Amino acid sequence: MKIIVIGHGMVGHKFLEELHQLGLPGAEVTVLGEESRAAYDRVHLSEFFAGKTAEDLSLVAPGFFPASGFTLRLGSRAVAIDRRARTVSTADGEILAYDKLVLATGSYPFVPLLKGNDRPHSFVYRTLDDLEAMRASGAVSRSGIVVGGGLLGLECAKALRDLGLQTHVVEYAPRLMAVQVDDDGGRILRGKIEALGVKVHTERNTVDIRDGATARHRMVFSDGTHLEADMIVFSAGIRPRDELARENALAVGARGGIAIDDHCRTSDPDIYAIGECAAWKDQLFGLVAPGYEMARIAARHLAGEASAAFTGADMSTKLKLMGVDVASIGDAHGRTAGCRSFRYVDECKQIYKKIVVSGDGKRLLGAVLVGNADEYGTLLQMALNGIALPADPEFLILPAGDGKAKPGLGPDALPDSAQICSCNNVSKGQIAAAVADGATTIGQIKACTKAGATCGGCVPLVTQIMKAEMARRGMTVNNHLCEHFPYSRQELFHLIRVGNIRSFADLLEKYGKGMGCDICKPTAASIFASCWNDFVLQGELASLQDSNDYFLGNIQKNGTYSVVPRMPGGEVTPDGLIAVGQVAKKYGLYTKVTGGQRVDLFGARVEQLPLIWEELIAAGFESGHAYGKSLRTVKSCVGSTGCRYGVDDSVGLAVELEHRYKGLRAPHKIKFGVSGCTRECAEAQGKDIGVIATERGWNLYVCGNGGMKPRHAELLAADLDKATLIRLIDRFLMFYVRTADRLQRTSTWRESLEGGLDYLKSVLLDDTLGLCDELEAQMQHVVDTYQCEWKTAVSDPDVRKRFRTFINDEQADPAIVFVDERGQKRPARADECAALA
Amino acid sequence: MKAHEPLWLPVCGIADILPGTGVCALLDARHVAVFRVADDQLFAIDNIDPRSGASVLSRGLTGNLGDHLVVASPLYKNHFDLRTGECLESPEHSVRTYPVQVHDGLVSVSLS
Ligand code: SRM
Ligand SMILES: Cc1cc2nc3c(=O)[nH]c(=O)nc-3n(C[C@H](O)[C@H](O)[C@H](O)COP(=O)(O)OP(=O)(O)OC[C@H]3O[C@@H](n4cnc5c(N)ncnc54)[C@H](O)[C@@H]3O)c2cc1C
Ligand code: SF4
Ligand code: FES
Repeated sequence: MKIIVIGHGMVGHKFLEELHQLGLPGAEVTVLGEESRAAYDRVHLSEFFAGKTAEDLSLVAPGFFPASGFTLRLGSRAVAIDRRARTVSTADGEILAYDKLVLATGSYPFVPLLKGNDRPHSFVYRTLDDLEAMRASGAVSRSGIVVGGGLLGLECAKALRDLGLQTHVVEYAPRLMAVQVDDDGGRILRGKIEALGVKVHTERNTVDIRDGATARHRMVFSDGTHLEADMIVFSAGIRPRDELARENALAVGARGGIAIDDHCRTSDPDIYAIGECAAWKDQLFGLVAPGYEMARIAARHLAGEASAAFTGADMSTKLKLMGVDVASIGDAHGRTAGCRSFRYVDECKQIYKKIVVSGDGKRLLGAVLVGNADEYGTLLQMALNGIALPADPEFLILPAGDGKAKPGLGPDALPDSAQICSCNNVSKGQIAAAVADGATTIGQIKACTKAGATCGGCVPLVTQIMKAEMARRGMTVNNHLCEHFPYSRQELFHLIRVGNIRSFADLLEKYGKGMGCDICKPTAASIFASCWNDFVLQGELASLQDSNDYFLGNIQKNGTYSVVPRMPGGEVTPDGLIAVGQVAKKYGLYTKVTGGQRVDLFGARVEQLPLIWEELIAAGFESGHAYGKSLRTVKSCVGSTGCRYGVDDSVGLAVELEHRYKGLRAPHKIKFGVSGCTRECAEAQGKDIGVIATERGWNLYVCGNGGMKPRHAELLAADLDKATLIRLIDRFLMFYVRTADRLQRTSTWRESLEGGLDYLKSVLLDDTLGLCDELEAQMQHVVDTYQCEWKTAVSDPDVRKRFRTFINDEQADPAIVFVDERGQKRPARADECAALA
Repeated sequence: MKAHEPLWLPVCGIADILPGTGVCALLDARHVAVFRVADDQLFAIDNIDPRSGASVLSRGLTGNLGDHLVVASPLYKNHFDLRTGECLESPEHSVRTYPVQVHDGLVSVSLS
């Protein structure tokens, strides 16, 4: 049977995967894709601007086409269907025969009909090509306008903002996300979006676009006002690509889209339509999950399963912008006859929540959540499964009172058939079955059911269900490190220290089972280092280290490593800088000043690492531990040595602190900052340890974080002399090293610390646990036993021998290819490697 | 030598592989990761990580997940079964395995 699929987008590819899995004998499958790229993850398109490459976004597993035997033709647009002859012709004039045809042509972005809508530097937001063009334009633009304040428009606005443009959103309706959110929710949402630095203009009807006076374009509105910007993106809705159907007399839906029946068949039984181009009962679905469901149905029906039927899909949505929680479920606007709603508004914290319940108060019909969407999973399940509401449904959205748990929806309330992961169509029953088969971590659940593996939105609920199911089966839900050790990291630390355990084999024999894994080995290695501080590549210890610690460098995506010499406090002599430059030049390393006030040299192959370090060590440098879960940098400002406001020597202290704590292995990396006065140029309050000079001494701040979830550090003690300051830092760090979980920064550790800052103060300042002497002594041991790991490594011939690409050949890895960019080299992308080969 | 007998290509001495770790060998232009795990068992799989295309699997941490003897890719920590080459997280990223043997302290691999 010859099958042709038109369109290789998200849904088209899902169809191919399904078909491949069904293994239809004798199927000859050809896919025509108009884009230059094979199917990619459009849902995460915006991440392209955050550094994801086309490869990262690709949906096609390597080897999929050779393995399935399907033929993919890219850059090939279908222009006509001859239903009688059963052929499809392409834009290149080719004619291909089919027995069954599948249309998966998706949507196109709607561009309002106005004068000037096709000026240069105007775009739509749909394909990778669109985003590439936008990025190029962004580089020569200062400002941008997004036309349309819907789900996609806001995502696009955030992207423009991240490109560094001054960003505006122009919306015709009186509020943002008009489809999903009501007026009050819209107002809060607007505040949130404006807080991201995006200007919002509602109730604006654009009449034309022309040359601007202060920027490339001027957009003129019907009320006579105007707005100027260098770049315009239209995101005013999508329309189904049903042109092939219209031209070939296939039925279309009332609002467009190729009409399909419950089996995803069009009015011609040999032609199926799936995804955004299809209209089921006159309904269009602009989301990927319903499209995936159609793909599954069409594939199964085509393979002969006559009963496979599409039964509609839920259109609840959650916006995926960092820092802006918005979700909408079911009948968000309360359009059902007789329904009633409950609302909660907090104008201080900018939170708006509403639930819509049925007239008899028994069922949840819809919800809107803005500012905090924690209840999304629970409410969605209640609405989808018609679960009976509690007597006082308002408590579902009211903030929990002191210590009282919210009347959440215990996973027990869900029927087994409840769909938990809509992306991959996984039910509660399937998750429970996976637990019965032995899955006990979210990773294992993902691996065996795919639940949570696509958009990730369902992970909290999947976790709850997994834990409830484990509890039901009498399995303990625990904080065990991994399957090999029935202990938390803190307990393991204690066992190692008290039992004076110094090898993994010993630890495993006494307290564990099996062979260990990539979780417990590095954790044990880190604890050994914190306790005993032996050379990390000595004997058995080497075999426990993650690649970064094994090669004493940070692994890059092409398997090369980075080299970061320590520059305490950000201080480096001119000669030192020259030496670093010479090494970089000699070995052709990409050189960059880091956010941590030092210089990173990227792209070193394993066999080059010892040679590079030998030269750096000769020039007086030490390892910067940029690869370890250990002290990274102590950032400093110029301070009293030069700055007219400086009240103390911040550089001097930073250098001293960096030397004291360098090499300390910890549950996660540790960063310090030292500022010379309250202007805080070293951003010390964003670090694990922050020190700020005052007229009366040093102020010590702890548990700050930049990174994924920034947290301001808190003042632990004020006006300290240097000796007291150092003593307190010793205690603080060692207490953290002892008690934190694996990969827990001080900020998350502090968040989970019962008793909070007061408890920390009582332990570290008032010594309520009687631990302080021990903590200080333990730190002193680490300080006294410091060694530069690189120095030890290059002078030990056995260790040095391990730095080679091939055990049986002197060659360098031929798979590592670099290309030039801005006068330096960077790893070549797969397409560039292919072109060079 | 009979035609169907595998051709064993020498890799290194067994002592050259630190217990619990792997090394990479270049055999007939192929990158092969050879691991030495508990009780001196040896395993050989492709060294190229299908998820990144980088030649790095020999640098992963070894261990077991349930009944699977595994290595975790150092880049994205996906696990490969050392006996079958299967990628546990995404089977479409699985790799090849090769027969490996040790004779008189010399490790060799067959590409057949
Ligand atoms: C090189 C550098 C970026 C740059 O070009 O400036 C960098 C590069 C990396 N960062 Fe960073 N970070 C760098 C400064 C920062 C900073 C800024 C700072 O230190 O002042 C931050 C935010 C501050 C903070 O940590 O609180 C930062 C927050 C992160 C995070 C998020 C941590 C968090 O708690 O949220 C990660 C991910 C992680 O550690 O799990 C990360 C992880 C990484 C890794 C290690 C990712 C990886 O595993 O491959 C990058 C590899 C570096 C390499 O190959 O050598 N990097 N990273 C900076 C090195 C500083 C240095 O000299 O050591
Ligand atoms: C920025 C962005 C963010 C999104 N976020 C979300 C989200 O958070 N959640 C969600 O559920 N959905 C989201 N979506 C929507 C989601 O991407 C779509 O629902 C999904 O891609 C639909 O898949 P499809 O295969 O029907 O269409 P598409 O992925 O568009 O694929 C159709 C393909 O067919 C090709 N084609 C069309 N006509 C022809 C022809 N005649 N010949 C050959 N090829 C042809 C097109 O070029 C295209 O490559 C988002 C979309 C965008 C753009
Ligand atoms: S923090 Fe104060 S002392 Fe340091 S550079 Fe800034 S202004 Fe000067
Ligand atoms: S709902 Fe998207 S991954 Fe589960």
